[in-house]
Amino acid sequence: MNYSKAASLGLANMWVAFTFFAFAALLGLYQVIERIDLIPALKSPEMYFGSVSTHGVLMGFVLTTFFVAGFGYYTATTSLKQDVWNRPLAWFGFLLSLSGVLMAAVPLLTGNASVLYTFYPPLMAHPAFYIGATLLVVGSWAWCLEMVMMLATWKKANPGETVPLAMYGTTTNAILWFITSLGVTSELLFQLIPWSLGLIDTVDVGLARTLFSWTLHAIVYFWLIPAYIVLYTLVPRAAGGMIFSDHMGRVAFIMLLVFSVPIGFHHLYMDPFHAAGWKFLHMTGTFMVAVPTLLTGFTIIASLEVAGRLRGGKGLFGWIGALPWNNPLVLAAGLALLMLTFGGFGGMINASYAMNTMVHNTQWVTGHFHLIFAGTTVIMYFAAAYYLWPKMTGNALYSTRLALTQLWLWFIGMLVLTLPWHQLGLAGQPRRISSTPYDEELVQSWLPAEFAMIAGGVILFTSALMLVFILLKTHGNSQSVENPEVEYAESLHSTQRMPHLMNSFGFWVALIVVYMVASYGYPILQFFLLDTYGTVPWSI
Amino acid sequence: MRDPFRSICDDDLERRWIWISLILAFAMGGLLGLYAVASNIHPPSNVETIDSSRLHLTEEFAEDKLGVKQNDDGSLTVTMVAARYGFFPPVIEVPSNTPVKFRIASADVLHGVHVPFTNATAMIVPGYISEINTSFPTAGKYSFLCNEYCGLGHDSMWSRLIVVPESTQGK
Ligand code: HEM
Ligand SMILES: [Cu+2]
Ligand SMILES: [Cu+2]
Repeated sequence: MNYSKAASLGLANMWVAFTFFAFAALLGLYQVIERIDLIPALKSPEMYFGSVSTHGVLMGFVLTTFFVAGFGYYTATTSLKQDVWNRPLAWFGFLLSLSGVLMAAVPLLTGNASVLYTFYPPLMAHPAFYIGATLLVVGSWAWCLEMVMMLATWKKANPGETVPLAMYGTTTNAILWFITSLGVTSELLFQLIPWSLGLIDTVDVGLARTLFSWTLHAIVYFWLIPAYIVLYTLVPRAAGGMIFSDHMGRVAFIMLLVFSVPIGFHHLYMDPFHAAGWKFLHMTGTFMVAVPTLLTGFTIIASLEVAGRLRGGKGLFGWIGALPWNNPLVLAAGLALLMLTFGGFGGMINASYAMNTMVHNTQWVTGHFHLIFAGTTVIMYFAAAYYLWPKMTGNALYSTRLALTQLWLWFIGMLVLTLPWHQLGLAGQPRRISSTPYDEELVQSWLPAEFAMIAGGVILFTSALMLVFILLKTHGNSQSVENPEVEYAESLHSTQRMPHLMNSFGFWVALIVVYMVASYGYPILQFFLLDTYGTVPWSI
Repeated sequence: MRDPFRSICDDDLERRWIWISLILAFAMGGLLGLYAVASNIHPPSNVETIDSSRLHLTEEFAEDKLGVKQNDDGSLTVTMVAARYGFFPPVIEVPSNTPVKFRIASADVLHGVHVPFTNATAMIVPGYISEINTSFPTAGKYSFLCNEYCGLGHDSMWSRLIVVPESTQGK
């Protein structure tokens, strides 16, 4: 069948992602140096909080949204062997998102939006920041629609067939993101934008935080799902084996979809305005959402074991040595799983409703999400880029050796950065501080870990530059790629007879609606029943 | 009994792992939940509104009403205001091993409080009153840190909490 792959859509989106990523990594390096009062000349809260706001927005919203879209377009076309549903719409969404980012960049870089990527009313930013953020999200909805329509078109043309796992995961993510982003979009449209334009005088901060929490948890699965898709569908083949179970992949995606949105209150454990019972309910769901990750860990390790044994590995652990660790996808998968194990352990502590008091808003939290998000998730983005750049450009990877070094540096840098951060958090250091003018004794005890964090930042920044260098060199490489086709892994167990529920989404979306009404219905309604007092804007 | 997961997965090893994962999740959630309920440890979850722009006019949070008060049952209530960039009153002294209820309101933006090495933590949200229920087993000098970004002076927002040994308090 004749179809055209979305190479230019993929490349455009991913280049935007990695360009902003590199700039944000530079800001990260500046932040680790500034925040410990090492160089007095560098001291400036204005710069620091402008930088943290920009770093958070670029890493959390820009790198991810564009990477996910580019990755989605390319996997959708190559796994379904079908054209993009509506090309002009896809480009329109891309340009809308990009213009949103450029619009928000002006207040961010001039210090007029130092309200952090979590917005934090009643601190008020310039309206261009809120409007830019809204355009970024609305642009990404074009991608959601494209993915859903591509799946629908394919199903019509292939009645009764099993949707390829890569597309099943991508569509899960499109649906998940649309539902997830409704929370923050409501906050922006009904509260922050009218308030910053002076159309309304006050905002209810409790309501704003509740709406943001709707987005804040599930957004991390929007970031993570592409990494899981790579682990399930590309890594086993690259390792020389098969997916241990295609079914488990689907179960994991469905569980992520159903359980990740209605549990946002674990970000509000320490807030007033929601009764403990609601927080308890959301905690239960939070533990359930660990299940798909446990399943994924098992399936990926089992798939790697299949590959190792096919390559002649023997014994309980001999298969590990037999794996092709000189393949960037395989190496990244191994490193990602290690970081996921450490990070998952910390996550259990954050999620526990009582233990959270010890770590809430400390540097522990920053350590936790850099490990899982900047570590596990982003290292899989890198590996995907090394795999897809040659397919999308037609040029061979510039240097596999350099790519492997880059991945190792990212892993080492992440550990050197985040393990001390966990320790600093337990020793009471708050996150989001530009200096440490605290109790002398406390500050002294923080010093060793702070020096380690600077070393981590330097290693990570080096690695970030290497990534962009390798991608640029690959793009301009005169040597062509040997095999321009994306090779998805086959499943060890047959996928012929797929239960209907694991090949469709209707039922699950209905289930989420019910679950969302149960867990967010009253908590949102209460702000209209209580005698609440809005808050006027404050400048930073 | 037939394994209910047989319809989605026909590998024995994998079905065993599904069970282990589910049991792990339920055991952890269940254990933490049970522990929280049994020993009555809940995150600060007071639902009470207040007009943050008029704190000085209220019965409870007017400047001369702030500080430590003893209740009839021997427990303490500490009333505080968080405002850029300090906690008021700036020094709080409480005895060890005594139930303390902090009631804190913000006069302006979002703040937080964390006392390192203890479980005294809460967000302080304009428009709402935060409550922390705790007690401090170990006497000593503690820091009361603002742990939520509240503006450019956020770093310097901290104050003192002094926990004195129970007996020296004369009660
Ligand atoms: C060169 C590597 C990096 C370094 C040195 C670095 C460093 C930092 C530092 C110092 C902070 C501020 C901590 C604070 O004051 O609380 C921060 C915040 C943050 N970083 Fe990174 N980071 C790096 C890479 C990443 C990556 C790859 C991501 C995600 C893709 C990421 C996402 C974030 C987010 C979401 C925040 C939170 C901002 C906030 O608290 O509002 N970072 N990072
Ligand atoms: Cu979360
Ligand atoms: Cu503060």
